Amino acid sequence: MREYMQLHISSDSRNESFARVVVAAYAARLNPTVEEIADIKTAVSEAVTNAIIHGYEQQPGQIVVEACIEADTLRVEVIDYGCGIDDVARAMEPLYTSKPGGERSGLGFTVMQSFMDELEVLSTPGSGTRIKMAKRVAARQTAEREDEQEQLR
Amino acid sequence: MLTHMRQGKRLVIKLQGEIDHHTAAAIRDEMDTLIWRYPVETLIVDVGNVTFMDSSGIGILIGRYRIMSRMGGTLRVRGARDQVDRILEFAGIYKICQKEA
Repeated sequence: MREYMQLHISSDSRNESFARVVVAAYAARLNPTVEEIADIKTAVSEAVTNAIIHGYEQQPGQIVVEACIEADTLRVEVIDYGCGIDDVARAMEPLYTSKPGGERSGLGFTVMQSFMDELEVLSTPGSGTRIKMAKRVAARQTAEREDEQEQLR
Repeated sequence: MLTHMRQGKRLVIKLQGEIDHHTAAAIRDEMDTLIWRYPVETLIVDVGNVTFMDSSGIGILIGRYRIMSRMGGTLRVRGARDQVDRILEFAGIYKICQKEA
């Protein structure tokens, strides 16, 4: 069976910090650098915030956070079953925000794109959004970790 | 959640902890209360004790920069470390706000 983790949380803003800490803890087995962990936490925070503010428009809903590790790559998906995004390309433009009054910077997707290695946004208006991200953790790190584990055997 | 210190024409607001969408509203309200209570030329936001910031924090800073600009003042950002410094740099905050070590 494929190895993965799955987290179900309500769309409560307190869960933003919970979700990013859980994914960071899961990613720890790749022995990431402090900087890589910070990148992952920032991107997950943006994705979960997006689900709460835009997917559910601050109304109650369920968010699923999935993560798996493939070789040296962490894959994370943040899924909501909210209103979806009409124009994904536009939503992903830097500084674009559909909620200009709320002092949102419009940088959410730009941060996810820049702090992770891969980003894909799948959305169906009326049924929800799936944000797929991947982060490669430096290969040298993984090799060192394997060496350490080898020595422990 | 935040402390402040007034030094003549400068107001220093020191933030701490994690700044995300959840904590942003309260931080913004507290900052604005202080900005209106102490109209100064320079607002210094000290983020030295901020351990995490996402784009919600960027929104707060851009919003306060606009308020200060409208009043003819300036905003400086002080003490950013590690992840916080990187997202500020990434978002271009240092292009509009002077960076203090």
